[in-house]
Amino acid sequence: MSSTTNTPTHHTSTIGAIGAPSRRNTELALLVFAVVIPVFAYANVGLAINGSVPSGLLGYGLGLGLLAGVGHLVVRKFAPYADPLLLPLATLLNGLGLVVIWRLDQSPRLQQRAKYLFGAFSPDAPKQLLYSALGIAFFAVIIVFLKDHRLLQRYTYISMVVALILLVAPVFFPAVNGAKIWISIGSFTIQPGEFAKIIIAIFFSGYLMVKRDALALASRRFIGLYLPRGRDLGPIITVWAMSLLILIFETDLGTSLLFFGMFVVVLYVATERTSWIVFGLLMSSAGAVGVASFEPHVQQRVQAWLHPFSDKVMAQSDQVAQSLMSFGSGGVLGTGLGQGNSDLIGFAANSDFVFATFGEELGLAGVMAVLLLYGLIVERGVRTALAARDPFGKLLAVGLSSAFAIQVFVVGGGVMGLIPLSGMTMPFVAYGGSSVIANWALIGILMRISDTARRPAPAPIANPDAEMTQVVRP
Amino acid sequence: MNKPLRRISIFCGLLILALLVRDNWIQYVQADSLQNNTHNRRVSIERYAQPRGDIIVDGKSITGSTQTSGSDFKYKRTYKDGPMWAPVTGYASQAFGATQLESIDDGILTGNDDRLFFRNTLDMITGKEKQGGNVVTTLNAAAQKAAYDGLKTQGGKGAVVALDPQTGAILALASYPSYDPSSFAGNSTTTDTKAWTKLQKKNNADDPLLNRALRETYPPGSTFKVVTAAAALENGLYTSADQKTDSPLPYTLPDTHTELKNEGNIPCKNADMRTALQYSCNTVFGKIGADLGKDKMVKEAEKFGFNAEQFTPVRSNAAVFPKTMDRPQTALSSIGQFDTAATPLQMAMVASAVANDGKLMKPYMVDKLQAPNLDTLQQTDPQELSQPLSSKNAQILQSMMETVVEKGTGTNAKIPGVTVGGKTGTAQHGVANSKNPYAWFISYAKMPDGSSPVAVATVIEDDNANRDDISGGGLAAPIAKSVMEAVIHSKK
Repeated sequence: MSSTTNTPTHHTSTIGAIGAPSRRNTELALLVFAVVIPVFAYANVGLAINGSVPSGLLGYGLGLGLLAGVGHLVVRKFAPYADPLLLPLATLLNGLGLVVIWRLDQSPRLQQRAKYLFGAFSPDAPKQLLYSALGIAFFAVIIVFLKDHRLLQRYTYISMVVALILLVAPVFFPAVNGAKIWISIGSFTIQPGEFAKIIIAIFFSGYLMVKRDALALASRRFIGLYLPRGRDLGPIITVWAMSLLILIFETDLGTSLLFFGMFVVVLYVATERTSWIVFGLLMSSAGAVGVASFEPHVQQRVQAWLHPFSDKVMAQSDQVAQSLMSFGSGGVLGTGLGQGNSDLIGFAANSDFVFATFGEELGLAGVMAVLLLYGLIVERGVRTALAARDPFGKLLAVGLSSAFAIQVFVVGGGVMGLIPLSGMTMPFVAYGGSSVIANWALIGILMRISDTARRPAPAPIANPDAEMTQVVRP
Repeated sequence: MNKPLRRISIFCGLLILALLVRDNWIQYVQADSLQNNTHNRRVSIERYAQPRGDIIVDGKSITGSTQTSGSDFKYKRTYKDGPMWAPVTGYASQAFGATQLESIDDGILTGNDDRLFFRNTLDMITGKEKQGGNVVTTLNAAAQKAAYDGLKTQGGKGAVVALDPQTGAILALASYPSYDPSSFAGNSTTTDTKAWTKLQKKNNADDPLLNRALRETYPPGSTFKVVTAAAALENGLYTSADQKTDSPLPYTLPDTHTELKNEGNIPCKNADMRTALQYSCNTVFGKIGADLGKDKMVKEAEKFGFNAEQFTPVRSNAAVFPKTMDRPQTALSSIGQFDTAATPLQMAMVASAVANDGKLMKPYMVDKLQAPNLDTLQQTDPQELSQPLSSKNAQILQSMMETVVEKGTGTNAKIPGVTVGGKTGTAQHGVANSKNPYAWFISYAKMPDGSSPVAVATVIEDDNANRDDISGGGLAAPIAKSVMEAVIHSKK
């Protein structure tokens, strides 16, 4: 097991550095920036579009500030040793996302489109603010009630069942834009994949923590690789089959890649066997190529990725082309918030393609900054895994962080034409209740693990015999 | 577990790095090509984001801009006398792109040209809205109106090009039937798209979108005899207009038994070149072409501008004088038949070179480009393209062409007090001349002081007219006359 840098490892008991800084004040200072930057961005949009500071500025600033403040106070009280960067990073991304969604609400083109398609236009920014509030509330609930992340370990198999139900459920609901990833109840639509991401990470971590020795040690060596025993292959084949089924029945390349990728990562960390990575890569590429050979929806996505500007692709859907032109038109410095034409994408401009607006209006500089923010979240997550003292915490933290990284890669790569497009959303910045709430929950769990990891161990109980006892140390 | 964790952290870092690299690729390396991609609507949005600069004729703008609502294009292009000026302006349509001057000088008109960059930056700092510059043309409004009205009255398809022989400036550039670029300048699917569809060649046999003055080549017929005469003089085959030529009648095309015919019973046997041009003798000029041979004819024709596109800056199609042909074909080509084909601009260039004492000036229609504050950004200087014939020979040819108007086939173009030289043409076309011929007239006017202010080429293709009625002198010469008069009057 590992130790934090300031924990002396030669001690027999795990006494942490007593009085390690909690860094809550650092977090507060960073939060001020995380609130002020989006407020300035908000004012910027108003000035660019209407020539005046938007009237909702105060409300927006107070709202975001309140959310950040509540989050901070809850953390200060219930998880004082949690990582100080995660909350400000998530708040900043959430705030910028709100600004861009509000900016796209002002677009006459999107308003007309909504009126034409649905008969009425309703702004999305207020709803997203509500979702953000729900997300922070969920975050606070996790911090307050989840005293120790190891409690989650108890629900390993329940998690599996719940995750399977969530993943399978969309099959029974009609496809939206060619992908079955939504459940609709009344006027509500939920993207269960976003929640399944977290729940399945709990299952993977709990299951592999128990099985890791069997998987790691009982293997045969073959051409430098440790081949797992046939019966140990069971779980990986099950997960692989599940992700393929997602791909076939829900035609969602991204989610499928996300689950399989996360599983391989957790498996590799649990067993420390490189062979699992090789297996994972071979199986996922074989699966993806196999499915792509007969699934028209996937083929279409691949064609759109390879030749975004060809006449055939443009006739079907010009999304990828529009997104690329949006990025290209932004150039190095961007047009400035409110001054681009990223709304030409039309469909899902503020959800799946929200990143194109960042690209056009904030330019290469802005996109790189946002990507680095995501990179920082992932880095803090992996660092939490390194610092965690228990294997379950390590696996869960690395599972969640790698899932986050893969999601950013799949969505960002999709809209930038690096890989075929899939229907996932950019964490925190894209419009969508499921996505925002689930990602706040993810941050909550990571912070809980990091709090446990960084918290100094309780001081040994004062022993009245201490004076008389002599401990002989080597 | 920490070793694999560190590796996973590197893996996650690589994922983010891949995104960063890709982002640099599309937002820096490929940014320009994506920005100007043909599918990128931002190009047109930018084009119509502010009032477009104007195209100016005789100090007045022939274009305008109006503000529109309900679309992402803020302004729409408008045209004054659209059909008349369409061959000059082209169109700038929100839905269908831009052509001709509207396209070539788009940077100036939208204000995005690099030469305006400094001003734009200043405007941005001082908070002024970006403005487009103007394109000042060389055209003459009166001449253009005379040309367009003449064609319209005639009713058939046709084109007129008038040049200033001394500079090459284009004074008139008319094509009929024409179109009104205002009718599809917007992007409404109900009005603009309908108007656009109706103008397409497949829906409209008249093909009004075709700029006949620059982009249609017609067999030049007898007007090409001027080039043949120039070749004869330049190569010393005959040294004077009044020297008897060695021309039998009937004349059999070399290496064949085919007789070359004249139109009617005209005095062509051993006629001198003046008489031959006056009566338009096919036999005389066919034999001159055959005698000179293919190479000399090609060389002379190319000096007049054949076989090359002209950029005025609007591109004209290349006129054709075939480079590979046998002797009888050379003879036929020399009287403007076989594969010889010329744009109206090309034939105007022929007339202008003769009128300008043998010097051919490069034709141009943009006098200068102006910044929004009317500073001149670029001025076009007249440029000599070539010298197809010497000054002495040019004067001989002038006297021959003046005889044509004085007492030959071109008497309809006479203008009192002004010396006019010209040449008619009635070009055959269709299989075995089944279709109605084209009526041509090329001419120039010479003032009493010897200077020549205008050279004109007119072509009429009339499917409805009686075949006998079509002759360059009858249909085309009156239009040329009114254009020349308009130019002369506006100079006074």
